[in-house]
Amino acid sequence: MAKILMKGNEAIGEAAIRAGATNYFCYPITPQTEVAEYLARRMPEVGGVFLQAESEVAVGNMLFGAAATGRRVFTTSSSPGISLMQEAISYIAGAQLPCVLLNIMRGGPGLGGILPAQSDYFQATKGGGHGDYRLMVLAPSSIQEAVDLTMDAFPLAEKYRNPVMIIGDGMIGQMMEPVEFPDEVDKGDPATNEGWAATGARDRKPRVIKSLYLDPYKLEENSYVLHEKYEQMKQHEVRYERYKISAKNDLLIVSYGTMARICQTAIDELEQEGVSVGLFRPITLFPYPEKELRKEIEARNVKNVLVVEMSCGQMLEDVERVVQGVKPVTFFGRTGGIVPSPEEAKEQIKNMIKKPTRAKKASKATAKKQAAKKKSSKRQRKDA
Amino acid sequence: MDQYEVLWAGFGGQGVMVAGQLLAYTGIKEGKNVVWLPSYGPEMRGGTAYCTVVISDSRIGSPIITNPRAACVFNRPSFDKFTPRIKPGGLLLVNSSLIDVTTDRDDITEVLVPANKMAIDAGSPKATNIAMLSTFVGATGVVEYDNLLATLEEKLGKKKDLLEINRKVLEAGFKLGKEAVKGKSAGRKVKA
Repeated sequence: MAKILMKGNEAIGEAAIRAGATNYFCYPITPQTEVAEYLARRMPEVGGVFLQAESEVAVGNMLFGAAATGRRVFTTSSSPGISLMQEAISYIAGAQLPCVLLNIMRGGPGLGGILPAQSDYFQATKGGGHGDYRLMVLAPSSIQEAVDLTMDAFPLAEKYRNPVMIIGDGMIGQMMEPVEFPDEVDKGDPATNEGWAATGARDRKPRVIKSLYLDPYKLEENSYVLHEKYEQMKQHEVRYERYKISAKNDLLIVSYGTMARICQTAIDELEQEGVSVGLFRPITLFPYPEKELRKEIEARNVKNVLVVEMSCGQMLEDVERVVQGVKPVTFFGRTGGIVPSPEEAKEQIKNMIKKPTRAKKASKATAKKQAAKKKSSKRQRKDA
Repeated sequence: MDQYEVLWAGFGGQGVMVAGQLLAYTGIKEGKNVVWLPSYGPEMRGGTAYCTVVISDSRIGSPIITNPRAACVFNRPSFDKFTPRIKPGGLLLVNSSLIDVTTDRDDITEVLVPANKMAIDAGSPKATNIAMLSTFVGATGVVEYDNLLATLEEKLGKKKDLLEINRKVLEAGFKLGKEAVKGKSAGRKVKA
């Protein structure tokens, strides 16, 4: 199929249709409403269900109910809306049901803003709702990758009978890029879910889909079953990309999503100036590419690791966990809807290479403070 | 790695988003990589709107462009905001129908395009964005004229009378852009 120009939100909607999602529940919220707009038109064309619920709380529970029937179910929202779904997501994970969610992240906390952010990393990868559960979390950095990951998300959700969440910042939703849809797509077959799905108990024993286990031994057993699935994900599903990682690197950047692309441009420009920087981009945020990142850090001569995010430092904690103090890990980020420019990233990298161990939190305030400090220390020296 | 970045800016309703999209569609036709990124926020008709388009032969990194190689500004606020951001040696296209000032910068080429007038003369003020787009393509050669025309026919072909007007404006703008930069070096003001 030829490449076509599509907005991220619409391309993801089309990818879900082609992956056989027949149940879509939503509640509009910027910056992902175009997915709903697109699917409102497309779902009836393929005989699927488009339903705008009364709230995200309802959306979450509709997902739960529809997922229990073994059909491919999908919802999309943005940060505050995803927060409202957390109770249902925890139930879905507990009841071991597959479903796919998209979070086009905007600035938070609270109602926050509507501009791009990556500040839902903790929520997505560390639970979000209550209980011992995880989501599989996929983070695309281009519209094509968003399409590919959306199509992969449905079979992955079924393979592990676990919710899969795709997270992208506002730019992934709003940006237009050329995309190509594969001709052959796994549309799924509800019959393969025979064995657990609630399909009507005629001529067979009824099945119970639930997350309630009052017997603590049973509940512990269920939690271990979930835990084992997450271990399997760690074994088999890790995805990442390496960019210009080499023995010559002065610095290794770890960044994901659109932020990683901004770093790429900074890296390309620095290469022209004779500075060698590599980029490690996790594509699965859970399971995190722990072994792979650790290997890069141990094998390389890099003196420093720099984590770059559109948050105050969330994935940073995973990188620190992986690096375990072997190399200094520092952080650069902007948040609240501010997207760092490649120039800003470049500046940070240059500073890092000059003063390797100094942590830089990039806010204008601290930059100003530092500038003021410098000035005053100069002044003091003069006075002395 | 040859990459071209151009920023489109004006009032909501002037067609700046569509101009950028048409350029991006044409880029794909030529097998290039493109990114179209809109400004989004609590927007309204008559408010400011802008988008950036990146066209490249290789993989495109950052969709965020601080200093583009060219800016096409449709109104005065956009002129004030984006003129200082253009890369040295770059190109500034000014809608001189609405903007009555010119830049002091002597390290960029400025082309004055009477875009509203060109569109009205051809039959519809709606073609203002096509006047800017075609002048830009004429001046830079980022995409081929024939491919741009083909995109226009595909995307705006439903209304035959409007397409005819657009085609007229497209031809005039392209010629104007091409003539404007002929033999001119950066820093020369070019009245079109």
